[in-house]
Amino acid sequence: MPIQVLMPALSPTMEKGNLAKWLKKEGETIKSGDVIAEIETDKATMEVEATDEGTLGKILIPEGTADVAVNTPIATILADGESAADLAKAPAQAAKAAESAPPAAAKAEAPAPKAAPAPQAVAEPDPEVPAGTEMVTQTIREALRDAMAEEMRRDPDVFVMGEEVAEYQGAYKVTQGLLQEFGAKRVIDTPITEHGFAGVGVGAAMTGLKPIVEFMTFNFAMQAIDQIINSAAKTLYMSGGQMGCSIVFRGPNGAAARVAAQHSQDYSAWYSNVPGLKVVAPFSAADYKGLLKAAIRDPNPVIFLENEVLYGHTGEVPKMDDFIIPIGKARIVRSGSHVTIISWSNGMTYALKAADELAKEGIEAEVIDLRTLRPMDTETIINSVKKTGRAVTVEEGWAQSGVGAEIAARIMENAFDYLDAPVARVSGKDVPMPYAANLEKLALPSAAEVVEAAKAVCYR
Amino acid sequence: MAAPKKAAATTPQDKPDGGSPPEFTREQELKALRDMLLIRRFEEKAGQLYGMGAIGGFCHLYIGQEAVVVGMQMALKQGDQVITGYRDHGHMLATGMDANGVMAELTGRRGGYSKGKGGSMHMFSKEKHFYGGHGIVGAQVSLGTGLAFANTYRGNDNVSVTYFGDGAANQGQVYESFNMAELWKLPVIYVIENNRYAMGTAVSRASAQQDFSKRGVSFNIPGKQVDGMDVRAVKAAGDEAAAWCRAGKGPYILEMQTYRYRGHSMSDPAKYRTREEVEKVRHDQDPIEQVRNRLLAAKVSEADLKAIDAEVRDIVNASADFAQHDPEPDAAELWTDVYR
Repeated sequence: MPIQVLMPALSPTMEKGNLAKWLKKEGETIKSGDVIAEIETDKATMEVEATDEGTLGKILIPEGTADVAVNTPIATILADGESAADLAKAPAQAAKAAESAPPAAAKAEAPAPKAAPAPQAVAEPDPEVPAGTEMVTQTIREALRDAMAEEMRRDPDVFVMGEEVAEYQGAYKVTQGLLQEFGAKRVIDTPITEHGFAGVGVGAAMTGLKPIVEFMTFNFAMQAIDQIINSAAKTLYMSGGQMGCSIVFRGPNGAAARVAAQHSQDYSAWYSNVPGLKVVAPFSAADYKGLLKAAIRDPNPVIFLENEVLYGHTGEVPKMDDFIIPIGKARIVRSGSHVTIISWSNGMTYALKAADELAKEGIEAEVIDLRTLRPMDTETIINSVKKTGRAVTVEEGWAQSGVGAEIAARIMENAFDYLDAPVARVSGKDVPMPYAANLEKLALPSAAEVVEAAKAVCYR
Repeated sequence: MAAPKKAAATTPQDKPDGGSPPEFTREQELKALRDMLLIRRFEEKAGQLYGMGAIGGFCHLYIGQEAVVVGMQMALKQGDQVITGYRDHGHMLATGMDANGVMAELTGRRGGYSKGKGGSMHMFSKEKHFYGGHGIVGAQVSLGTGLAFANTYRGNDNVSVTYFGDGAANQGQVYESFNMAELWKLPVIYVIENNRYAMGTAVSRASAQQDFSKRGVSFNIPGKQVDGMDVRAVKAAGDEAAAWCRAGKGPYILEMQTYRYRGHSMSDPAKYRTREEVEKVRHDQDPIEQVRNRLLAAKVSEADLKAIDAEVRDIVNASADFAQHDPEPDAAELWTDVYR
């Protein structure tokens, strides 16, 4: 019976890709290992190798098709002795196979909560963008790259260092093209040596250079956290203001998809605990760009927490010569009067989806994207809570000593008399991140949990 | 674990190079004497003030090791950076930082280099290219490598002199830094001040490779053992290492064989070594006495040497006076310098 070739998942977070090119024609003989097609992901163009032998029976997805979901049948391969007449059998078989194959189904389903429409849900205009500004649609990955490139053009003291940032074009392709434009002096591949290169970056920054230190993920920055905190964050104070360090530590933070406990930790609470650091964790493409530019220019050490799941998401980015979002300002992305939902980074995905759901039930949620965790824009939170009288925090990190706990404390301190219900926290579960798709899904917050929490504080 | 071994018998006087180092001119001898004396008297005074309760926290004295920083400083030029760990008072004075500012930082006063907010282990001077003063053992090695990186980035021919001890030499980030420094040919002199004890642990009890000049071998970094009690040997080695770095050949390791007379910190009873051991080094190899004896042999008068003593004592006494009378930082300083 004909064998189906499925659209492959080429990275932990890939949900879809473009079928760029077929390298084999219908009727051609295929051996195991032959490259049959090229697929473009948001990071790179990858080759698809045949694992089965036979004849390419039918191409189901023509080349040039964009956004083909992972696991979609893209072609059929006929085994020896089969003919085109057998092709008709294939679809039914495929459907049956999908039903009886829970692991595959779960895999396709797992990233679903994260695949929710990203920044488009924004209802309120951004006050930082003048009315009538032309917008361009970009992925967050491209917005980050452009922010770095613009700042490197503007200031020769800015450079990027980290693992695979140059020749490889970035482990997550965030630094794509920077080596070509700025050369090896300013786009520096380091050995795998987080503690060491973080220290080298801080030392260079103490002389007045402005390094952007990329960690392949913030999980690996735990090896470097002594330099980040003891050297970068404290030097200005310990030197009585004489010597500080203007440096950005950036990279993906938090859970990606199916990478388990050691690669999924959210460090929002860790870094935002430390005076001397600024901590930024944006959600929308425009904020990623505007805040990274602000971080690079900031004279202080800035922890710039990105989210791998969001890298491929697109959003509208203002086409402006110098688009800067000031650090320390939250943004109300959706107005409402019944309950305030506060989140940041990928937590916004759950928050916005929940707000949509709540609206269907007549609850108008006001959604605040914190964008910066330190300094925290307490004023925006408090003003909203004074209006709604109810608050829900949403974070992927753990609840204990989490950012949500801090927000709850500030609301209690500043708006206790306005509260009509205790603040509710939705967070990652108090366990190391599991690998199994179903358990991972349970460990992360969900829009349903946010809806439930919002209803609870509204006594509904 | 094997039973702790007795400290190895190597003493700093084993001249690794054999032979005598190049002679100093009279001016160089006098400068070395004066600068080493300043550190010695300053540290003695700091010890006194600590005993009186005027200095708090940790206080690590540099007495005995003076030749290392003074000799190295004589090999440097304008713009070369210096960075070290927590035993840092000598390094600061050697770079020309003001004794009043250093002592007032020790007493936590507003006239201190860090306005009283850093203390003994955390002082900096942009003007003198002194980058601290670091309390985390070994952290300065990566930072100092970063200073060298900045020199390369800017295309100048300055050198970063990165000091650390025999204890810090066992930290992992030291080797991460060695690797990058050689890979990128960074101009950094790693000065390992081997004073034979990491706090209370003798080198022989902590180090599989006790020849610290070989610690860069697997990275192809050249290294040299130096008699760190002889300021001339230190300067000669510093010259050689600096020339290597300035020629774009990458990093260089100097193991300075030295000795601290006092405990690790003021609260160290120093039970891990004998009084005789300390007395022997002090008697046979004292870096200051070596210079004084050469000067006397060269017919410099006792009176001239006494004049240097007097000048140094005046500076130190003035610094102690300043450091005890300068006001504490204003309460509002609590909140400044967190961000800029």
